[in-house]
Amino acid sequence: MTPVATPFFFYLLAGIMVIGGIMVITRKNAVHSALALIVTLLAQAALYLMLYAPFVAGVQIILYAGGIMVLFLFVIMLVSIERAAKERTFNKQWLVGLAAGLALGALFIGVYEKGKVIFPGRMTAGQEGQNTQALGTMLYGQYMFPFEIASLLLLVAIIGAVVMAKKRI
Amino acid sequence: MQAFIHYVQSYLTSDKTPGAAGNMFWAFVYILLIFTGLSIAVIAMNWLERKILAHMQVRLGPMRVGPHGLLQPIADAIKLLLKEDIMPAEADGLVFWMAPLIVVLAAFTVFIVVPFGPTHAVTDMNIGVLFMLGVSSLSVLGVVMAGWASNSHYPLIGALRSSAQMVSYEVAMGLAVVSVILMTSLNATGTGTLSMIGIVQAQQSQGIWFIFKFFPLGLIAFFIFAVAMVAETNRAPFDLPEAESELTAGFHTEYSGFRWSLFFLAEYSAMIAVSSIAVTLWLGGWLRPFSSLLSGSTWDLVFSLFPGITFLFLAAMCFYSTARMPKHPYFRIQTIGLAGFGIVLGLIGLVLFVTPVRDRVQDIYWFSLKVAGFMYLYIWYRGTFPRYRFDQLMKVGWKVLLPMSLGVLILTAGAGMWFSVGK
Repeated sequence: MTPVATPFFFYLLAGIMVIGGIMVITRKNAVHSALALIVTLLAQAALYLMLYAPFVAGVQIILYAGGIMVLFLFVIMLVSIERAAKERTFNKQWLVGLAAGLALGALFIGVYEKGKVIFPGRMTAGQEGQNTQALGTMLYGQYMFPFEIASLLLLVAIIGAVVMAKKRI
Repeated sequence: MQAFIHYVQSYLTSDKTPGAAGNMFWAFVYILLIFTGLSIAVIAMNWLERKILAHMQVRLGPMRVGPHGLLQPIADAIKLLLKEDIMPAEADGLVFWMAPLIVVLAAFTVFIVVPFGPTHAVTDMNIGVLFMLGVSSLSVLGVVMAGWASNSHYPLIGALRSSAQMVSYEVAMGLAVVSVILMTSLNATGTGTLSMIGIVQAQQSQGIWFIFKFFPLGLIAFFIFAVAMVAETNRAPFDLPEAESELTAGFHTEYSGFRWSLFFLAEYSAMIAVSSIAVTLWLGGWLRPFSSLLSGSTWDLVFSLFPGITFLFLAAMCFYSTARMPKHPYFRIQTIGLAGFGIVLGLIGLVLFVTPVRDRVQDIYWFSLKVAGFMYLYIWYRGTFPRYRFDQLMKVGWKVLLPMSLGVLILTAGAGMWFSVGK
């Protein structure tokens, strides 16, 4: 079975992601921005699939595209679109923005140039059926402590949301 | 020609799914078969729902188009296709156009991992259940987009309700599924699986359907899923997004003609999809009932005769109704048609008795029969339960189902530990 991870698909997905990302910030209509963000997230899930990480791809779809973005849309739909469309999308901070963008670009190029030495040019693809299991062993074995800390952080966020949303408990 | 026949034969006797064998052609054939089967199932479901609901309310239901209204779904389909396609003037064109497509795509894509048998699936994914839950959760996006793009009040309220409802019930549903995934890990290696085929095989090797595992834990998890899946598909008694007494038709109020029929198609195929998740996870998928209690080659033979007997029974029903048709000449064509339908069903039944066909088809038969049971339950709920109020719906989702599913998950994990230590 030939692998689907060809450069063509990578460039296609990367192109979709970049176009989607640009649409997110340029659309006047907030709902259109959210939809463009969903397209970007789905293309990202497909990139994970290309990296032989189906579990991460599945979680990406179920959490981001199916869960978080629905809540985003839920909130956006309650906002008056007519008023939001008249407001300025961009503040006149293009100088700062340009500087930040250039710095970030330089950082990426630097990492890419340095990384040629550090990272291997080619990774051996893991066995296709073992991805979920390997992830589970790693999260609950080697990285148990960081995993628990992260879940504790989420718990704090949940309790904080409840405390802030409800006046009387 | 000889080579072609040989080629087809080699895949008829294959012990892999087309996806695992890497065969594009055979996968395409499977996709076409599943698509056709689903469309027929939706048409049949349309007729059955009207008939059964009518009989529950002591009415006759559709009787005019064809014998016993059998051609009613086809007449409806033609009517829908010929209807004018209306788009509200202030609607958001692109989003309005995309919404039904997304809903239909999400509803149909999940079927590529549904295991109708050990080899009867388009492909088997390592993340099967996750894929099904993830892709079917994308359909809520379509619903929200439809409601918002219509630029109208009822659809917007319907979309808000449906997104809140689907997101809430997804949580309880996911936790109920996790408890099954835990059960699959109770084997020699101690590793579970997310693959749909793997889950059924785990039930086969453990010799028990997961609904009966750690009684009553499996049963409670199944119950949670069965409630959540009705809410996920926006069906009665949780059909608030399209509550006709409050919101006319909810999120698809402004849709007409073909676009509306896409929503209809998606709703029914999503119902079949979630039912097949439930069947795969708890009811042993393609396994026949009593496979450990009534084992042995004799019982295998008896159970393998069921598909043929079912079709012969349906044919007998047709012939009985043919005999009871009015004798007036006006009904002559309908009587002949019904008899012809009976003959076709009978012939299918006879073909299903042939040994190679029988062996190949019984997996699909048991799977479909279990799913059909769920479909009947959906109609039954609709005929008997009154609609929930929205705050009641949220209360049930967050305050009853979620704690219950968390408790079941913890207890299942404990029971699994206890029994594997005991060994």
